[in-house]
Amino acid sequence: MEGSSAEAALSVSANSIRITDLTQDGDVLTFAITSQKLNGSAGVCVFRTYEDFEWLQQSLFSQENVPGLQGIIFPPLPPKALPTQLNMQTKAFKQLGFLALGQGWQSYCKALEFYLQQVATHPTLCKCKALESFLINTESPGKQRGRKGIFNRLSQAVEEMRKESHKDVDNFFQNERNRNTSIAALSKVATEKLLDVVMTEQKLALACGHFSTSLHLCVNQDDADAVAFSKVCLKLSDIIEAVKRNYEKVASNNLTTLGLGLDLESRYQEAEKEMLFRRTCKLVELETVKKSTEKAKANKREVMEAFQKAVEKEFNLISSVAKQEIEHFHSSRVNVLKNFLIDWCEQQLNTAKECAELYSQHLEACRNMYSE
Amino acid sequence: MAASSERSPPPFPDSEEPELLEDSDEGADAFTGTSISEMDSLSPDTTGPPKDIFNEPPEDIFSDPLSEINSEPQKNVKIPSPGSDEAVDLFSDPLDDEADVISSPEVQNPVPDLLKEPVEAPKSDVISEPPSDLSSKPVHKNAIDSPKGAKTAVSAELFDDDDEEEDLFNEPLKGVTKKPQPSAVSGPPVNVFTEVKSEVKVKPQVKDDPTDLFAEEAVTAPATKPSVSSSSRTNGVHSEEQDIFSEATVELSLDSPRNDRKKKDAVKPSVSAPAVSVASSSSKPPSKTLEELEEEESEDKFDLNISVTNPEKVGDGMNAYMAYKVSTQTSLTMFRSKTFTVRRRFSDFLGLYEKLSEKHSQNGYIIPPPPEKSILGMTKVKVGKEDPSSAEFVERRRAALERYLQRVVSHPSLLQDPDVREFLEKEELPRAVGTQALSGAGFLKMLNKATDAVSKMTIKMNEQDVWFDEKIQDVENEEQQLRKLHVMVESLVNHRKELSGNTAVFAKSVAMLGSSEDNTALSRALSQLAEVEDRIEQLHQDQAANDFFTFSELLADYIRLLGAVRGCFDQRMKAWQRWQDAENMLQKKREAEAKLLWANKPDKLQQAKDEITEWEAKVTQFERDFERISATVQKDVIRFDKEKARDFKRQIIKYLESLLHSQQQLIKYWEAFLPEAKAIA
Repeated sequence: MEGSSAEAALSVSANSIRITDLTQDGDVLTFAITSQKLNGSAGVCVFRTYEDFEWLQQSLFSQENVPGLQGIIFPPLPPKALPTQLNMQTKAFKQLGFLALGQGWQSYCKALEFYLQQVATHPTLCKCKALESFLINTESPGKQRGRKGIFNRLSQAVEEMRKESHKDVDNFFQNERNRNTSIAALSKVATEKLLDVVMTEQKLALACGHFSTSLHLCVNQDDADAVAFSKVCLKLSDIIEAVKRNYEKVASNNLTTLGLGLDLESRYQEAEKEMLFRRTCKLVELETVKKSTEKAKANKREVMEAFQKAVEKEFNLISSVAKQEIEHFHSSRVNVLKNFLIDWCEQQLNTAKECAELYSQHLEACRNMYSE
Repeated sequence: MAASSERSPPPFPDSEEPELLEDSDEGADAFTGTSISEMDSLSPDTTGPPKDIFNEPPEDIFSDPLSEINSEPQKNVKIPSPGSDEAVDLFSDPLDDEADVISSPEVQNPVPDLLKEPVEAPKSDVISEPPSDLSSKPVHKNAIDSPKGAKTAVSAELFDDDDEEEDLFNEPLKGVTKKPQPSAVSGPPVNVFTEVKSEVKVKPQVKDDPTDLFAEEAVTAPATKPSVSSSSRTNGVHSEEQDIFSEATVELSLDSPRNDRKKKDAVKPSVSAPAVSVASSSSKPPSKTLEELEEEESEDKFDLNISVTNPEKVGDGMNAYMAYKVSTQTSLTMFRSKTFTVRRRFSDFLGLYEKLSEKHSQNGYIIPPPPEKSILGMTKVKVGKEDPSSAEFVERRRAALERYLQRVVSHPSLLQDPDVREFLEKEELPRAVGTQALSGAGFLKMLNKATDAVSKMTIKMNEQDVWFDEKIQDVENEEQQLRKLHVMVESLVNHRKELSGNTAVFAKSVAMLGSSEDNTALSRALSQLAEVEDRIEQLHQDQAANDFFTFSELLADYIRLLGAVRGCFDQRMKAWQRWQDAENMLQKKREAEAKLLWANKPDKLQQAKDEITEWEAKVTQFERDFERISATVQKDVIRFDKEKARDFKRQIIKYLESLLHSQQQLIKYWEAFLPEAKAIA
């Protein structure tokens, strides 16, 4: 997550990757991705659809010649957005959560942008050729997707049930798995709850809007008393309008900071879980190989032992990569969450201050009106 | 005291004064004895409070729906003090009129049984003949005198002095009770009256007290009766009232600036003759409204704080009820003390409303409606032990009752009502019964029906007054808008509650996330965050309650109040209808007369002519009724509008303050959390 020595492999600066624009054509969202060349100030702009992102992710999964690839925590790609579906409201919320909120898919773009940055800053993944071409080639990076890769989610789900509880040989991984399981569940719940809060805030803002609008209808200019009352109504309408804007701001603050942060956190936890699962699969494989080697007849034993060695080596490699990845993930994850929290807190604080200021102005005005 | 006693004063001064002028010198000896005996028996009681009597008339002014009368008693008060005999003559009458409202309890105490007998008769008098012309009708005199005659009779009975007199008096009494028609009683009562007056002059020698006072006392005794008879109250209540009234007297001084102003208006006519003032009084109402409006402004700062606190469940099971502590804090001298507290139950509040509306609604006053009865809510309270929803219900009702009482006392006319003071001051109230029918949804339905019926009438009524025409429309529109707003606010409140609930859940899940976090700094930050969210949840909850109590309840109150306003318009419409009916009747009578003339039937002609005069009187009277009620309604609606704007302003400021407060709390919370977030390593 932190750009380091590995950046050399990538010709663009990871931190300059931005999704600057989005066009929607029917069901297809096209994202404009800009980045800055490392050598020189030249900018690159490419247009990518969600399918291209999927291709990139697949390419990352299926890299060759990368030792311990399965021990890597791949940055999670947000689920596909389907803007024109009729039941989008309910379905999208289920799938996308926070990413479906926000005007013009802003948060979705933010999430994709974050994904690209994470990939680009990853010490191993940034060396992938697919990333380079994804970011720089003006043409869409080949239509050769469709390969379902090594991770078939359906079979994975079935296997997961079986292997989830498989006792680990390494205490570190056993603990990590336990921790990951609980955190993943909890962060998912927290994200959903925050989503509820934000939705309610939006509803509240809407209700305030209705209230403030209907207060305008109470205006009557017939006589002095009616005018006085109308003034009161208009004042109240202004105040409610202020309340409404406050809630909108608070909601969008929640959305763009803590909401995205929690969403990312929960998706990353899922990614870590997948990685750990892959390692567990390898572990199971190793164990079966060991058993069969023991049972094997003498003539085959040699072959089996060689095979066992190979598997063991691979497993150890994965474990060591995974260990690094986990440590790296932990530190960067805390950092990211911290930044989101600070951001969030500052924004909320600002909003609250602005709002308090506005309210006290209104209060002053009201008191003056009262003393008239 | 029922409505009739309040309304009865108007007719008296008008109709009696002429009588007074004509008859005062002729005295029938027959009754002397009675009045003397009355005097004697009364004097022990009355020597103390003479001052009361002086002050009473002004008191009456305020409660009196007819502003025109106000000016008269004032003069009366003023002039008697010099002690001239003439003045006594002239004014003893009006005074006794005032007194009959006020002092009745004193006399009435010992006479419990009498109360019931004459109930019907005086009432009908009062209602049928309120503010008639000065110049008018034997009808009036009789109507008015007769109850008095009855009274005197009653008092005679009471004191058991002279048997013969008792007989004499019984006659008029019967006459009165049976038919409030002019002819029946016209003779005797007049005599009685003049008698009393002459008595007054003689009496002073008996007692050391000033003549005027005595005169008043003397008159008071007989005069009190009409009110007694018109009220169906029990004895105990009245005995309390006595105290209340003696308190009320002091109020005169408090309101004196107002009185002075009125006096100024009234002085000129009074100098020449009371009759003049009466004549002028008829033309007064319009100007009066303006005057009253000004007064209202000056009265704004009236010092009367009512709070309803300490809801307490009394009894068990389905017979349980909530009792509320009604505390009053005031510097108004009409009350016995500066602070006092009584316990009241919900039905007492409804009972108060019932009494007030019975008395005042036909005058065109806007009677603030009490909160609705809620069988569901109350059953919950009765059954459920410590349910948050029932606690909310009780608090909501408590607040509603408080606002209701505050609205009642902020109405200048209703504040003067003895029932209001009794409600605030008296230890024990008779249990209000039959409040079920008028409370809650039933009441609203009733109101709606009335409105529907009236809207049909509206088609017939061609509105002459542009102000009313517009206002009626306005009120209806406004009610609709308020209903809409009410729905909005309700949804707002619900969303807030939802938000607070969601925030609570979020706080919980953040806390759990924090607890299973390995990184200590992050874990701490998360649990801090959970705490912050918990506090925010509390803020949301408070804000929801605030929204509810400041807006939702306010709007609900005003929706009910607008219903009351429409009720006033209905009353006015009814008055108009009565007038039109009378007009039609008069038209018919005239046609009948013309026919008789044509047919040349002189024997029936006289009767027809009598009927015409009678109906002419009624028409004038109903027309005046209508004008009076129109003026009152207009005044009250203007007052209501002012009050409304003020009320909303107040609430908005309150609301803003609460908003600001929660924003500031929020700032504090965030500021406290920020370093925690930054401390994550």
